[in-house]
Amino acid sequence: MRVLVAMSGGVDSSVAAALMVAEGHDAVGATLKLWGGSSDSGCCSVADVDDARRVAQQLGITHHVFNLAGDFDRAVVAPYVASHVAGRSPNPCIECNRHIKFDRLLARARRLGFDALVTGHHARVAPGEPGVAHRLLRGVDPAKDQSYVLSMLGQSQLDRVVLPVGELTKVQVRTEAARLGLRTAAKPDSQDVCFIHSAEGRGGFLSRRMDLHEATVIDGGTGEQVGSVDAVELVTVGQRRGMGHGADGQRRYVVAVDVPRRRVTVGGARDAASDSVVLAPGSLTWVSGPLASGSLALSQMSAHGRAVLGTFESTRAGTRIGFAEPERPVAPGQTVALYDPADPDSVLGAGIAA
Amino acid sequence: MNEAADADPPITYLDHASSTPVRPEVAQAMAPFAAQRYGNASGSHRLARQARQALEEARELVAAALGAVPAEVVFTGGGTEADNLAVVGAVAAQAEQGELGVIVCSAIEHAAVLEPCRALSNGRVLGVPPRELREAPVDRNGVVDLEALARLLGPEVCFVSVMLANNEVGTVQPVGAVARLVRHHAPAATVHTDAIQAVAYLDVATATADADLVSVSAHKIGGPKGVGALVVREGTPLAPIFFGGGQERERRSGTHDVAGAIGLATALELCARERISEEKRVAGLRDRLADGLLGSIGDSLESADRDRVLSGHCHLRFAGCEQEELLVLLDDAGICASAGAACASGALEPSHVLVAMGVPAPEAASAIRFTLGHSSTDEDVDRALATVPAAVARLRR
Repeated sequence: MRVLVAMSGGVDSSVAAALMVAEGHDAVGATLKLWGGSSDSGCCSVADVDDARRVAQQLGITHHVFNLAGDFDRAVVAPYVASHVAGRSPNPCIECNRHIKFDRLLARARRLGFDALVTGHHARVAPGEPGVAHRLLRGVDPAKDQSYVLSMLGQSQLDRVVLPVGELTKVQVRTEAARLGLRTAAKPDSQDVCFIHSAEGRGGFLSRRMDLHEATVIDGGTGEQVGSVDAVELVTVGQRRGMGHGADGQRRYVVAVDVPRRRVTVGGARDAASDSVVLAPGSLTWVSGPLASGSLALSQMSAHGRAVLGTFESTRAGTRIGFAEPERPVAPGQTVALYDPADPDSVLGAGIAA
Repeated sequence: MNEAADADPPITYLDHASSTPVRPEVAQAMAPFAAQRYGNASGSHRLARQARQALEEARELVAAALGAVPAEVVFTGGGTEADNLAVVGAVAAQAEQGELGVIVCSAIEHAAVLEPCRALSNGRVLGVPPRELREAPVDRNGVVDLEALARLLGPEVCFVSVMLANNEVGTVQPVGAVARLVRHHAPAATVHTDAIQAVAYLDVATATADADLVSVSAHKIGGPKGVGALVVREGTPLAPIFFGGGQERERRSGTHDVAGAIGLATALELCARERISEEKRVAGLRDRLADGLLGSIGDSLESADRDRVLSGHCHLRFAGCEQEELLVLLDDAGICASAGAACASGALEPSHVLVAMGVPAPEAASAIRFTLGHSSTDEDVDRALATVPAAVARLRR
């Protein structure tokens, strides 16, 4: 196969490229320049591109750098900011995968004559059942599984995607990189949102792109003001940090965020618990076709969160997941990845919490 | 393992504006000074004197090719350094005299000029107080707008830089007219021109006769990389930007790269000797390439009128085709071309030149630069004509 390997300059995509070469594929590496101007920090830094290029050289493959910064700004960063303006909690990694890596780059790979796009995600593409070509499975290393951020992929993408490191544990990945003498072998894993520098944080980043507003914190039970926050737009439903304790001595959780009224409502764990999550109309995607209403599904609400059992309900009125046990509330904007209760590694689809 | 181990296609080099192969005559002239004649030209013994003699002979050749006297030639470590020395050195020298004037440059300067101008404007050059920077607009061909430039000039202006020919689209600039405007409206200003891209095809001595500072580079004309020169007309104030042994009459410290200076001199001499015939030959190849591609690829156009650009430049836009993708397909076929400017990571950046020319961003992203030069042949053009149309068609599907 002739494959394009998306190489971030990290160890996973380095090994993904190495595995493709070892299997005898005709591989070409590409690093996306998505952000950061010419700075040497944060994502897409010159150092990361240099690492990817050097690994490609070590593997003896061609390497290109593609500047998709304009697309990234339009499809990922601008919606990320707009979501916060509306008081929602978006997942930019998923939007990047949806719009940039598995759309823009995948289409480019096809135009350039590649049979497949290879990434270093810890997830697996497996043969499907009759009538369905591919299944999307969790990576074999539960601690590093990235199927959540790929949960919005469908057959049309999986048809042309190869995820070789999903078959390895992280330890195996690093061992292989070290064995090959790749300079990324001991490089730390990337953390958090790539375009936000850890020194400034989410608040610092957003404060340069939008207005942040103070808000009062209200106890949902008593209706009394119990505190205030500097930036209502940075508060997430379900958040515990900074919300203190109630009169009962129990920790408080954010139950609701109302940006226009500059109000954050908090409550105890029981008040904050939710028995369902509504999925935004039009946000649902399926790996291999829609789930029948009334089916059981495991829902995972964050990249490394627990998958909880619930019932998928889809009616003319809308789509929701009813949880078997009350759960911490799902913040609007979060992706809900659905897995098969009969095969908990298998992704069924995804939606975005309304 | 290395990339070249694969069965590579033959190289079709159409990127002479980026760099050029070193000419055999140049390599031959340099060779002794890279090996057995290794003396430091600043020393006093026989090996040093030998190096010094070669250096001064090289300086005379460079001066003759550029219409300068030898004392006006300052060897530098490349074109970017020559530009930085011109911009920062001239402005810093004036600052030392207490003159804190305005800087003017064209909007399409190479980064080697634009960035030092910007660094001066926002106070990033230590010891030089922040200076106002005015960027002169260009017309749709990428030619500096003289009327607009005149409006930016005044007695408060201390430094003006307009390149002799643009590196991206190849447009030749009216540097003589610029200098005359500056003398009239801003008599105190130093005039710099970056002639790096123009040397192969223009009579630089004549075209830059009215400029105070002129930058050239060796590797664009069959010379080695990392060697350039700045012509500093007598009486032009210039502060050094490096401090050290005071070589080049205190204007550029650092041990002389004698082999490099000989390389630059030899390349310039060859260039001057062959300019008229070579200009005609390359223009003929370029015309065949441009006409052939424009004729066989629909929705394609030249970024600037052909009679305004250097003979080696063929800057085209193919609507609906992304330059990053076309460059990959061409590279697959062994065709080396380029587009815009690359940033530190190697990614293509949106072209500030096309933006200044009023080209909308998506259209600018469809631009490809083919540049021919001393090593170009009919076969290169044939291979490009046989490859590019199919690649464009494939990307448009």
